[in-house]
Amino acid sequence: MFTEMFVIFQRQMRILLRNPVWVFFGLTQPILYLALFGPLLKNVSGGGLGGDSAWRVFVPGLLLQLAIFGAGFAGFGVIQELREGVIDRQRVTPARRVSLIFGRTLSNMVTIGVQAIVLVLVALPFGLSASWSGIASSVVLICLLALGISAASYAMGLILKDEDGFAPFIQGVSLPLLLLSGVLLPMSLAPAWLRHASQVNPLTYVVDATRALFRGDFGNHDVWIGALVTVALGALLAWWGTRTFQRQSA
Amino acid sequence: MTETDMITARSLSRSFKTKSGPVEAVRGIDLDVRPGEIVGLLGPNGAGKTTTLRMLTTLLMPSSGTATVAGHDLVREPRDVRRRIGYVSQVGAPPSAGTIVGEELVTQARLQGLSKADATTRLSEVAPRLSLGGLERRALLELSGGQRRRFDIALGLMHSPQLVFLDEPTTGLDPQSRANLWDHIRSLRDDSGVTILLTTHYLDEADALADRVLVMDDGKIVADDTPDALKARISGDVITLAFGVAGELARAESVARTAVPVREVVVTDSALLVTVDEGAVAVAPILRALDFAGLSPSSITVNRPTLDDVFLTLTGRSLREGAEGDSAA
Ligand SMILES: Nc1ncnc2c1ncn2[C@@H]1O[C@H](COP(=O)(O)OP(=O)(O)OP(=O)(O)O)[C@@H](O)[C@H]1O
Ligand SMILES: [Mg+2]
Repeated sequence: MFTEMFVIFQRQMRILLRNPVWVFFGLTQPILYLALFGPLLKNVSGGGLGGDSAWRVFVPGLLLQLAIFGAGFAGFGVIQELREGVIDRQRVTPARRVSLIFGRTLSNMVTIGVQAIVLVLVALPFGLSASWSGIASSVVLICLLALGISAASYAMGLILKDEDGFAPFIQGVSLPLLLLSGVLLPMSLAPAWLRHASQVNPLTYVVDATRALFRGDFGNHDVWIGALVTVALGALLAWWGTRTFQRQSA
Repeated sequence: MTETDMITARSLSRSFKTKSGPVEAVRGIDLDVRPGEIVGLLGPNGAGKTTTLRMLTTLLMPSSGTATVAGHDLVREPRDVRRRIGYVSQVGAPPSAGTIVGEELVTQARLQGLSKADATTRLSEVAPRLSLGGLERRALLELSGGQRRRFDIALGLMHSPQLVFLDEPTTGLDPQSRANLWDHIRSLRDDSGVTILLTTHYLDEADALADRVLVMDDGKIVADDTPDALKARISGDVITLAFGVAGELARAESVARTAVPVREVVVTDSALLVTVDEGAVAVAPILRALDFAGLSPSSITVNRPTLDDVFLTLTGRSLREGAEGDSAA
């Protein structure tokens, strides 16, 4: 089973790395956020913002955004693979269906992990100062989330089978979830109704946890709640994605 | 049905739910394929050929019915079936950038359970067999139509399956590439004993490749026979004898009628059309009798009925009409 998964993982990574446009934009996108949006935050005050600590609030938000968009759109690839016949051709082998989907999600996870590390490294010269072990555990959490989201995205791709339905769906789901989690600005700045709305959004707890981790505040209950939510959400999405993938491919 | 059949299907059906109501794509077909056979599934667009193949390759659950493929039950032991079969799907969308011939073939073999070393060895065997030698490092996007199709077939052969399903293997190819692919397909069976079930729209393809033709129409199998037997069953062969002198036609007709058992004789302005069971057997006695009567035709042709004629007789529709009707809808 691990061999099968690795074979799929290897194939996806090779194809990805051969695409110079992807490699370039995939890595520069987070940097654009840092360079073009980050500086605005210095002059916002309140909610733990203002001055250099702004980066400790902003970078965790960017990490979450990376996971949501990066993994959310993974299903695009599977729609193309469906059309090409790659999915059918792999399904007609004895390889386990779990390996077929997890080889793919693993490649998304690794990609997002690398992008996350690049993001953090680039943020350092901008003025990010954060706890190293906090950063490391945040990246791990983000990777777990990416694993679940990409599995779910693959399943959605197989269900919708068409980019024209898939793109608006992912946009429509991910944007409100992201905004409601306070990725760009912390929810402590929000009016009461918005704050209440954000409390039913699991992603809120993920951002809160990574922000606490960046502060090095390991004892904070945000960390434990966020970690539990991330693991539960990642596992739930991965389970649903795998089950759907199996159903869709009998 | 025997124990050693490669495919045995009974009452296999599949329906789809669509917005405009249920579609009965395959309506209870029975199918037996013996080891080493090349069987052609011939039918117009929407006949249910692809649906049948997708069921037999475990890609689609039958709505009802049972099937044993390569010795294993389709529904209960899909992984055992998958290990033993190769499947080459109908032409899909163009390949993604960044995919390389050799890598894709090795990946496929590894998913089939071959070790990395075995997969690489197998690549060096399969590639030259399908005239893909030297193209291993080529990007899929850079292959010609014929090369792409041979690559697709190679994908299905990497694990040396006993049974291969080919869905419209030559659709969209030029006549030369088609003939070339036919040779490759024939040699699969002749050299390696692979059993082949292929679908096609082309009458000449079924005729050229298949030992047995299953004619499919509207989800049902409407005929199952050898190409020759199918033709004979329908209309017999037509021997056309042309005469330069008009007066000779009437005499030639009575001579031909006494020389061989004929099914039908039609006299036109300049020719005599004699329909017989087997043209090849009847031609010599007719010629001898004509010669004895002092008559010599200016030309002789023997026409075997095409599978198009067969299809028309079986279903009341011509293959081409069916195809046009479907694509217009
Ligand atoms: N996934 C599906 N959902 C709904 N209907 C389907 C589906 N797949 C096939 N059909 C319908 O089932 C019927 C048989 O389709 P199938 O693809 O088996 O035909 P075919 O003989 O392979 O045709 P072609 O020669 O065009 O490839 C058609 O009417 C088709 O519209
Ligand atoms: Mg088809």
